[in-house]
Amino acid sequence: MALWIVAGAALVYYLSLNVVSPFFLKYWPEYVHGFLITLKIVGASLLIGAALSLPIAIARSSKSRILNGVSYAYVYFFRGTPLLAQTFLIYYGAGSFRDALTDIGLWWFFRDATYCVIFAFALNTSAYQAEILRGSIENVPKGQWEGAEALGLSKPVIFFKIILPQALMVALRPYGNEIILMIKGSAIAAIVTIYDIMGETRRAYSRSYDFQAYIWAAVLYLFLVETLRRIWDKFEARLTRHLKR
Amino acid sequence: MNEALTLLSFGDAGWGDEIAHGVLITVSLAICTLPLGLALGFVLALAKKSEDPSLRLAANIYTTIFRGLPELLTLFLVYFGVQIAIQQVLKLIGVDAYIEVNSFVAGMVALALVFSSYASEAFLSAFRGIPQGQYEGGYSLGLSHGKTMRLVVLPQLIRLALPALGNLWLILLKDTSLISVVGLSDLIRQSGIAARVTKEPFLFFGIACLIYLVLAMISSIGLSRIENWSKRGETER
Repeated sequence: MALWIVAGAALVYYLSLNVVSPFFLKYWPEYVHGFLITLKIVGASLLIGAALSLPIAIARSSKSRILNGVSYAYVYFFRGTPLLAQTFLIYYGAGSFRDALTDIGLWWFFRDATYCVIFAFALNTSAYQAEILRGSIENVPKGQWEGAEALGLSKPVIFFKIILPQALMVALRPYGNEIILMIKGSAIAAIVTIYDIMGETRRAYSRSYDFQAYIWAAVLYLFLVETLRRIWDKFEARLTRHLKR
Repeated sequence: MNEALTLLSFGDAGWGDEIAHGVLITVSLAICTLPLGLALGFVLALAKKSEDPSLRLAANIYTTIFRGLPELLTLFLVYFGVQIAIQQVLKLIGVDAYIEVNSFVAGMVALALVFSSYASEAFLSAFRGIPQGQYEGGYSLGLSHGKTMRLVVLPQLIRLALPALGNLWLILLKDTSLISVVGLSDLIRQSGIAARVTKEPFLFFGIACLIYLVLAMISSIGLSRIENWSKRGETER
């Protein structure tokens, strides 16, 4: 513990010493820029992934063999392979189909690293979110379905008004974890030439050979993840307040 | 199709042997990291359930840091940070030398740091699943603290922590792909080189993905075997 206090004090001292250093003055606008890019990529891919995850989750729990098999393979593929490999597969792999993509007018999309990364991240997170959604939907007791059917409600109304709200309650915590995983995973975008926090850090380090580049990045990521975790805890406590005894 | 097979064949014409070598590096990195991460995670779990509040807090800070940082950043921090630290220390004793940290070792340490912070949580929740009576039973048989831990608690702990640790192993296997960024010629890097030389990126990165899938499948088969083995005492019920 003493070690941590010493290390923490040293870090605070080091950072406060460096707030006025030339490195910080020179690069802080770029860090802010990278921070916003990270937020943008994570936000966009999470939203697209959420939209994609609903049909996948429905297919995954459907009785049709084909739908079930296809969605299972999709989820298995995206959860079983590294995000880095998926990003490379889409970003570099799209080049193999350049002619075909130009023909259907989609090349502009795959030419841009940002779009590719958002696409890859969205596919990846949709697989994880589909599993979260499916797990929590199956967690809702069967009596809820039967009760709603007895009231004569139609299937879509039952699903969206009765089942989904209860399922999302259970899914809140895994969703929070998934968002944090996504923020951490987004550092990978730096490898395919995007200047998010990690990308700006790498650029700053390669220009200045100053190790504090990485320390600032660590502080930024920890700040982001910890704030989010705390907000999420508050959020969850508020939404589940009727379940407290 | 034939072209693709030629590209993937072993020998001079194909990239099969290079990729196989990359797989070997990936797997050995994951296997070398595992014991380090498990040991560190176990010690952390012991610290988290100790009665000393400062020790608990220290372990919790460790977990917060390494769970919050992206794995890629941890890797860079270790890879460059250790290098600079060693050089500074050497400068203090008056040796002016350029030291380069082996990227395999740096990756091993970085992945073990991340793995241990997650594993400590897995161990901690497993510890909570072991009733106090097990310890008391061990002591009443006259076993020492160490022996109670080793003979009574640990076998049950493994059983309880195994599902979570199995997931962590799969995550670890995927995280090893990040090491390619600091220049270790693992599966991703080898397929990247092959893709650049042959201009067939989709083929090679697709193969890399499939190989990761196969590794994951083999691991899950292995894990379910270990799980059955760890539950062998329960099957009689």
